Amino acid sequence: MLRIEHAYWLLALFLAGSAWLNLRERRWWHAAFWAVLAVLFAGGDGVLAASKAHNLVPAQLAGMGVLALAVLAPRMHRGELREREVAMREADALRLGHQLFLPAILIPLVTMAVALFGAYAVFAGVRLFAPKQMTLTGLALACVVALIAALWVTRAKPRAGLTEGRRLLDTLGWAALLPLTLAALGGVFAATGVGSAIADLVRLGVPVNNALACVMAYGIGMVLFTVIMGNAFAAFPVLTAGIGLPLLIQLHGANPAILGALGMVTGYCGTLFTPMAANFNIVPVALLELPNQNDVIRAQWKTGAALLIVNLALMYFLAFRA
Amino acid sequence: MMHWLPLLGVLVVVVGFALRFNPVPVVVAAGVVSGVAAGKSVGEILALLGNSFVSERALLLFALTLPAIGVLERAGLREHARNWISRLQGFTLARLLISYLAIRQILCMMGLTDIEGHAQTVRPLLAPMAEAAAEKRGAPLEQEERNDVRAFCAATDNVGRFFGEDVFIALGAVLLIQGFYAQHGIQLQPLQIALWALPTAIAAFVIHGIRSVLFARRIASTARSARPATVEHDAAH
Repeated sequence: MLRIEHAYWLLALFLAGSAWLNLRERRWWHAAFWAVLAVLFAGGDGVLAASKAHNLVPAQLAGMGVLALAVLAPRMHRGELREREVAMREADALRLGHQLFLPAILIPLVTMAVALFGAYAVFAGVRLFAPKQMTLTGLALACVVALIAALWVTRAKPRAGLTEGRRLLDTLGWAALLPLTLAALGGVFAATGVGSAIADLVRLGVPVNNALACVMAYGIGMVLFTVIMGNAFAAFPVLTAGIGLPLLIQLHGANPAILGALGMVTGYCGTLFTPMAANFNIVPVALLELPNQNDVIRAQWKTGAALLIVNLALMYFLAFRA
Repeated sequence: MMHWLPLLGVLVVVVGFALRFNPVPVVVAAGVVSGVAAGKSVGEILALLGNSFVSERALLLFALTLPAIGVLERAGLREHARNWISRLQGFTLARLLISYLAIRQILCMMGLTDIEGHAQTVRPLLAPMAEAAAEKRGAPLEQEERNDVRAFCAATDNVGRFFGEDVFIALGAVLLIQGFYAQHGIQLQPLQIALWALPTAIAAFVIHGIRSVLFARRIASTARSARPATVEHDAAH
């Protein structure tokens, strides 16, 4: 049975391979960074299992690993990684044509197939895919299938999978790690009571008897909290428990389904504004080799701002009707 | 007073980002600061940091796409995507962006959020296609314009994803909302919630669609105004 853990092990292998290539090229900081990350990925399940059994030592070691990554990250610079010459790439592109799209399309297609039909894939009474995070397990499988197809179509040596993958991974550099670090920070914030402190702060300045003021406080609170945490999911329970439920639903009689749905999408507007949502706003900056860290946010904040106004209006005009 | 102290962690993030320090150490430092401010011991903070980190490993899984994409790029995937779009008549930048937005939203509404993304589709396919479509104006893109086009592609992927997945009923946002209300004694059906995200999804499509048209128009018109200037500049030599 394929489980999400297998995907983590595969990724650990890729990270270790990238560390090895960097080591051979004497790019010490990169080598150390990917090596530490590989260990964290390979050992992650052990850490979680030990914590469940109240043994915190592996988790503390992992915590030290995270500190080590934080020290190493600023030392990683975008090196001059040789890419194949443009002329040779153009020649291959002409020769291979649409065949090049096939492996690329396989990634979404195989992922989709596993997401939709994975639950029915049974072989000799054993399910092929574990139900937990099946889509992501499917994504990992799709990447392996696509790599094999890519090697076959381009007649490249299997080694190219690692060297070219490493090239892109080093292009990403520390930005690859940021989503994880930020999510971990979300966990720490939740455990240290940052959320309820912010909800209290918002409530301090709201005239509670005015429905419009409460809607504004809830919506803007969702945006602010999402901007700080980088994630509307973290903001929703805090703000809805702090403002939505007591003030809007219980005091002013708002419809919970409408308020919940619109509150969440209002938070999503905040995701468009913040570098804390690194996997959406910072990772693509590295992937697309853009010069400024905020280039993607600059391209999308106007969409977010217009939608925020739409959402606040929808909330005010729809939630109190039903 | 003790109640407010963990907010110091937020302050560390805001100041660190504003001063443009490397975000990774800033974020880790913020975690340590709010842990200390909440009165936790060093051991507790390390364990909290380690556990939170390994629980979120799924966020790096997109990196598994890199070997396959890298091999294809080595054989000219981006060059081919570019050449193909420039041959297609009538496939303008605005149409490309709006089609991608629509497909992304619809797939996400069906819960298929991870089949497209910045690593899977934006870098290898959408960005080179958009660059080629933009260059149909008859002049090559300046580096700055190229960056703008790429950033707008990434933005389009984000908008499509966020305002599609919120309508999907079987996981993520809708279940979180339902679960939260259930904990507080309000029972709702997932469909009741998802339905009310639909107006926002439509508004997102309209707003970002209009912005795509305006953006494409801007890219096309800067070429027209820039071209005579370069000719004059050349003539002066």
